[in-house]
Amino acid sequence: MNKLGSAVFSRLVIIIPYAWLLFFFLIPFFIVFRISLSTTAIAQPPYTPVFALSDGLSGLWAKIGQFHFDNFVWLTEDALYFNAYISSVWIAALSTFITLLIGYPIAYGMAQAPRSLRPTLLMLVILPFWTSFLIRVYAWIAILKPEGLLNQFLIGIGVIHDPLIIMNTNWAIYIGIVYSYLPFMVLPLYSALEKMDNTLIEAAQDLGCPQITAFWKVTFPLSIPGIVAGCMLVFIPAVGEFVIPDLLGGSQTLMIGKTLWTEFNANRDWPVSAAVATILLLILVVPIVFFQNAQAKAEEQGR
Amino acid sequence: MIRRTLLATAAFCAFLGAGAAFAEDKVVNVYNWSDYIDSSIIDDFTKETGIKVVYDVYDSNEILETKLLAGGTGYDVVVPTNTFLQRQIAAGVYQKLDKSKLPNIKNMWDMVAERMQPFDPGNEYSINYMWGTIGIGFNKAKVKEALGTDQIDSWSVLLDPANAEKLKDCGINMLDSPTDIIPVVLAYLGLNPDSHEPDDIAKAEEALLKVRPFVRKFHSSEFINGLANGDICIAIGWSGDIFQARDRAEEANNGVELGYSIPKEGTQMWFDQMAIPADAPHVEEAHAFLNYIMRPEVIAKSTEYVHYANGNKASQALLPPDIINDPTIYPDEATLKKLFTNTTLDAKTQRLFTRTWTRVVTGQ
Repeated sequence: MNKLGSAVFSRLVIIIPYAWLLFFFLIPFFIVFRISLSTTAIAQPPYTPVFALSDGLSGLWAKIGQFHFDNFVWLTEDALYFNAYISSVWIAALSTFITLLIGYPIAYGMAQAPRSLRPTLLMLVILPFWTSFLIRVYAWIAILKPEGLLNQFLIGIGVIHDPLIIMNTNWAIYIGIVYSYLPFMVLPLYSALEKMDNTLIEAAQDLGCPQITAFWKVTFPLSIPGIVAGCMLVFIPAVGEFVIPDLLGGSQTLMIGKTLWTEFNANRDWPVSAAVATILLLILVVPIVFFQNAQAKAEEQGR
Repeated sequence: MIRRTLLATAAFCAFLGAGAAFAEDKVVNVYNWSDYIDSSIIDDFTKETGIKVVYDVYDSNEILETKLLAGGTGYDVVVPTNTFLQRQIAAGVYQKLDKSKLPNIKNMWDMVAERMQPFDPGNEYSINYMWGTIGIGFNKAKVKEALGTDQIDSWSVLLDPANAEKLKDCGINMLDSPTDIIPVVLAYLGLNPDSHEPDDIAKAEEALLKVRPFVRKFHSSEFINGLANGDICIAIGWSGDIFQARDRAEEANNGVELGYSIPKEGTQMWFDQMAIPADAPHVEEAHAFLNYIMRPEVIAKSTEYVHYANGNKASQALLPPDIINDPTIYPDEATLKKLFTNTTLDAKTQRLFTRTWTRVVTGQ
């Protein structure tokens, strides 16, 4: 009886993530995809659905032949959307790389710190979350603007004479993203590095391996799962980032979040914005699935 | 087991529903622009009528429209701008006002009601709250230093590339809004400011691209702070926002003196209208709120606070001289003739406007 109970319980536990995916990913995605196939209208809501949910499955099958993908075709006809996707992916990739470069030494230092200090260090990494994200981004405006803190400091110590123009450029966006997402990089890296068995390094050094080589041959490969997790946690939200480029970036910065906003709010074109969102999801999900598969295969071969 | 949970949930929901119904009779949910009312007006209204006001704010017509079009907002009073209102009426977002519950409508200004005709024929769906213009806000000292004069009377001060280049270093800001900027560029070029012709829009784009390199930022709210603290020296913006910047600079006593100009080529005027959504839960209270707002002394208090002109003729006798005699707030007859309104864009023209704007702003 008890055994049966625990079996049921473990089934339930497995169901929860799937239910989560169904309700908070698949169903919303289906709604968005359905809008992307429709046409705009002056109505409430502002589109004409291609099929009603009341049609049921049979009705859906009957109408599939009539689906038109005009909104997706539209995206290919104007280079704006392609450029926005490319520019978003590029900005996100570069920011992720910088975050990794900064985050890795931090996580490494934390993992090497005395055991009694680690909870405090961990706390310090999480501490910024206690203030609103929006306020922290606004604070960067005060730091980066031409007469802001950074320029006052640099001019004060005589490093520069004219203020650096960082505000309203892509540099400000990189700084904003790196700053905001750094904890998401540090935490998985730290958990990967902290688990590591230090005797492996000792063994490598005993066998005559210099410290730096030992790092690259032992520590780094063992921390790869942390690097992958951290990079994904930073890269994925950064691609669709809207607030940071809007507040810190210049008018000329083209990102898909802003393009989506314009389609949705300025053009009131819910169908085209739904198509933009669908493509964005494909751009993000396809490489991730591909990567996961490759990694799983590599792990199996490793055994 | 599952059935029992369902029953319990249903009972709980019914309980919640009853609670909501109980609280329903004396509330009005108002959704207005941010920083757009003297909060004592809301307190006085509650004191007098016993109707509690749940006050919420937004900062763009687009946000309001998106919510309204999605439906079920729960708001009883919203304040869209005229061009947005027209399309929202067509989409069936609003209900007709019950004029029998709005006796104070007799106080309203016929000039504003007439200008609103194309957007809300017969003023059946809305009453005016505030109206204003789009114009040039400028830092007197810095503009004089750059151009040799602080007498600004033409759009050419920042739409002529020669002038814009001189103002580049002290900072130019434009509203990030094609429907606000393109019409004034058309007016500057001597074309029909309400044109929907692709050729005319292309000419406006060409003119904008010539000054684009000298514009620091396209943004619809940052210029208030920017002008007030001297980060930028000139901006195309909404009248009340620029007056707000002027007041902030005065309060800060930082030596920044701001001016506002309605250019001689004419400019766009806009009307923020109060309306009641079709699915508003508290229709009765919403009418009571609108009627209260149309009292001369109430709307005069609001105008004193926001520095926008209102659409209430009777309130004008109650306004302090520095507001009613300020031609940038209450323009004289000659200036009024130069002000134009823009009709609502159809989806295709809207797309043309937006696409043109993206090219201007991002270069793509």
